[in-house]
Amino acid sequence: MYDVAIIGCGVIGSSIAYRLSKFNLKTVVLEKENDVAMGCTRANSAIIHAGYDPAEGTLMAKLNVRSVDLTKELCEKLDVPYAQIGSLVLAFSDEESEHVRRLYDRGVTNGVPGLRILSYDEAKAMEPNIADNVTCALYAPTAAVINPWEYALALAETAVTNGVELRLEAEVKSIAKTDAGFAITAGEDTIEAKYVINCAGAEADVIHDMVLPHAFEILPSKGAYYLLDKSEGTRTKHVVFQCPTKVGKGVLVSPTVHGNLIVGPNAADCAVGDTSAGADDLAFVRKMAVKSVPSIDFRQNIRNFAGVRPNSTNDDFIIHMQDGFCDVAGIKSPGLASAAGIAEYVEQMLTDNGVVLTEKASYTDTRTQPRFKEMSHEARAEIVKKDPKFGRVICRCETITEGEIIDSIRRPIVPRTVDAIKRRCCAGMGRCQGGFCGPRVVEILARELGVSRQDIDKDKTGSYIVRERED
Amino acid sequence: MYDLAVIGGGPAGLAAAYSAYEKGLRNIIILERDKELGGILNQCIHNGFGLHRFKEELSGPEYAHRYIEMVQDTSVEVKLDTMVIEITPDKKIFLDSPSGYECIEAKSIVLSMGCRERTRGAISIPGTRPSGVFTAGAAQRYLNMEGLMAGKRVVILGSGDIGLIMARRMTLEGAKVLACVEVMPYSGGLTRNIVQCLNDFDIPLYLSHTVTEIRGDKRLEGLTVMEVDENRRPIPGTEMEFDCDTLLLSVGLIPENELTRGAGIEMDPRTNGAYVFENMETSIEGVFACGNVVHVHDLVDFVSAESARAGEAAADYVLNGPVKGDYIRLVNGDAVGYTVPQKIHRDTVADKIDVFFRVRSVFGKSQIVISSGDTEIQVFKRPYMAPGEMEHIVISADKLKGFDTVTVSAKEA
Repeated sequence: MYDVAIIGCGVIGSSIAYRLSKFNLKTVVLEKENDVAMGCTRANSAIIHAGYDPAEGTLMAKLNVRSVDLTKELCEKLDVPYAQIGSLVLAFSDEESEHVRRLYDRGVTNGVPGLRILSYDEAKAMEPNIADNVTCALYAPTAAVINPWEYALALAETAVTNGVELRLEAEVKSIAKTDAGFAITAGEDTIEAKYVINCAGAEADVIHDMVLPHAFEILPSKGAYYLLDKSEGTRTKHVVFQCPTKVGKGVLVSPTVHGNLIVGPNAADCAVGDTSAGADDLAFVRKMAVKSVPSIDFRQNIRNFAGVRPNSTNDDFIIHMQDGFCDVAGIKSPGLASAAGIAEYVEQMLTDNGVVLTEKASYTDTRTQPRFKEMSHEARAEIVKKDPKFGRVICRCETITEGEIIDSIRRPIVPRTVDAIKRRCCAGMGRCQGGFCGPRVVEILARELGVSRQDIDKDKTGSYIVRERED
Repeated sequence: MYDLAVIGGGPAGLAAAYSAYEKGLRNIIILERDKELGGILNQCIHNGFGLHRFKEELSGPEYAHRYIEMVQDTSVEVKLDTMVIEITPDKKIFLDSPSGYECIEAKSIVLSMGCRERTRGAISIPGTRPSGVFTAGAAQRYLNMEGLMAGKRVVILGSGDIGLIMARRMTLEGAKVLACVEVMPYSGGLTRNIVQCLNDFDIPLYLSHTVTEIRGDKRLEGLTVMEVDENRRPIPGTEMEFDCDTLLLSVGLIPENELTRGAGIEMDPRTNGAYVFENMETSIEGVFACGNVVHVHDLVDFVSAESARAGEAAADYVLNGPVKGDYIRLVNGDAVGYTVPQKIHRDTVADKIDVFFRVRSVFGKSQIVISSGDTEIQVFKRPYMAPGEMEHIVISADKLKGFDTVTVSAKEA
């Protein structure tokens, strides 16, 4: 019997698992995919928003603003790439200037520090590549960029280190109410837990309906992106937004925390699991992006992708506990930016609902990861002397060594796919997109895991890469 | 302090190191990231290499082996399993290898890092992101080096030479190659490869077509191919569906110049390689570049020839000092996409200047015209020219000396 079962190991499930891992609780996380951060968390704008956008008085506003500092602290503690680069919302007309002023007022009400409205000249001085017809801009210095999947991984890894059990490929098929709590059929097994926390992202409504009367629906909306080479990574210095609309925050242009340029997303209703980036989606993104930053060189594109927003029939996040079942659903934007605050809020909600949380005598609350590329010449020399595997560069584009790949494989959540390696140490994330290092990563994974190369998947289970040659 | 450090031990680096040695340099090191010399030739097990250089037809590994043996008979030092991380403008080289992370210095450097393949991202193919989408070279490595098949039912996008070679190779290994799809109205590869790799195996080539959608959640399940108009936009109503598990991309090569850019060397946006003089010297004195890192070649034989010139020039630089004085600029005229070299030292010691370039479109009977202003300097006749085939002309240095800029252009005769 578990105390708590968390369903879904995206950034929300990971954040809650991390928080609960400090307490004397028997916690399990059930994830349907073969790795963590496989849903909404793996494909989004990767922004920690400052918090001026959500309507006053909403959970979104409260938890977003609360999370800005919490996220920064967590990233420092757990060695997650994070850069507080600030954001600009551009206005292109009098009407949009008015909108920018409303955002400013809302931000002040929400408690966002440091907001300023910039004239065209001030904005242009800060961000020289923006369009000449910008009328004014809202500057939010606390906005940041982050690596979202590494953030989720770091939280989940730390939770596992502290004794949380993570079950991958454990899709929840049914949940039955029992006298003691819940019986959950996940994958091949049935487990029992006193409390269930539903963090199932784009499928949270399905999980909810297994336990409680139908109350909301998830309305998935996909957004497509361009990711440009690092040669374009200095095209902007800040996250450059356009005025938000009902369907989303509009197309943004921003450096990523890795130094690339991200451009997107559009917003299109989609089916659960549909992450195709269609020709129309991409064309729209390009058209809108050059409105903000006309000089983007799309020839430097290295990857397109699309992610899903778990929008819901509710305007706000759905965080609610009833009869031992806690929904953390409809965590649309600013979900990533609010994850840390959501976990704190859920912890309080558990306490309020009679869950006794006593802190463990000891637990791990730090994490580090070797990053060869970021080391000084001296530090590189030292680590290669200690472990010659750091002397073999496998991913040329991102300068990722065999030492880092092996470190990834030996982490608390074992990666079994080429993309799982990419999420942990960035091998294959560069301009050749794994063209050179792909075969070598397959070889290292197969060797370290003791399986054949044909058994290594690229991404989801079943996404095999190579087959035996026939005689 | 080395006299010469050669970055990359593929065909370009081997030829450069060998000719620098022949010219009298002794303290030479080749830095190679792989565990063996030869570069990409090691996975090119088909024949057709060496017809110009050795007057016989060799496989890629055989061609590489000739040069490896030549270099082995010299005192050139070879450091394998070694990746150069950074080059500074004052010729310090930071390198990483299992034997240690270190910094070496050299009086001259030859850059011969080769090129990489353009990927799906570079051409933004819409759709899902399943496994089964490979660059042709990655599939070639799996098959020829590791004995593993990329897939069974294959579509090839792009008619570059590696794609064409892989169409034949996959067919011979039992795969069904359904089509080769090329967005341009002409092939990007050598005519001989179209004939020997597609026509001989009845593999259809769809010119002016492209892949417009990729489908499949886990492994690739299918593709849509559409005809494109003259602006390369898909024409509605021309959709063709392919049921396949593999898409190989042969959509161009990009010189791999991150080290070059890091050193602050001036780059030509047309070649994606460094600007070079006739002796293959870059904008940093004593740093030379050759082979596919400068511009993408069709034939390794020409890589070897160009790299020999770079090696000789490096030796000359170390032994006799730099070539001084101003230079003549080569300008791209009508229908010419780029030239290598882009600059010619006015006081060059060479009496003949090799100029390489590609035309932008297909030509029948045609002329290559070397001119400056209204003055026609030299004219070369060609029966046929195509972007897929690199052109090579030899200009007498004497004829250029009086000019500041010289234009290379092409026209129908």
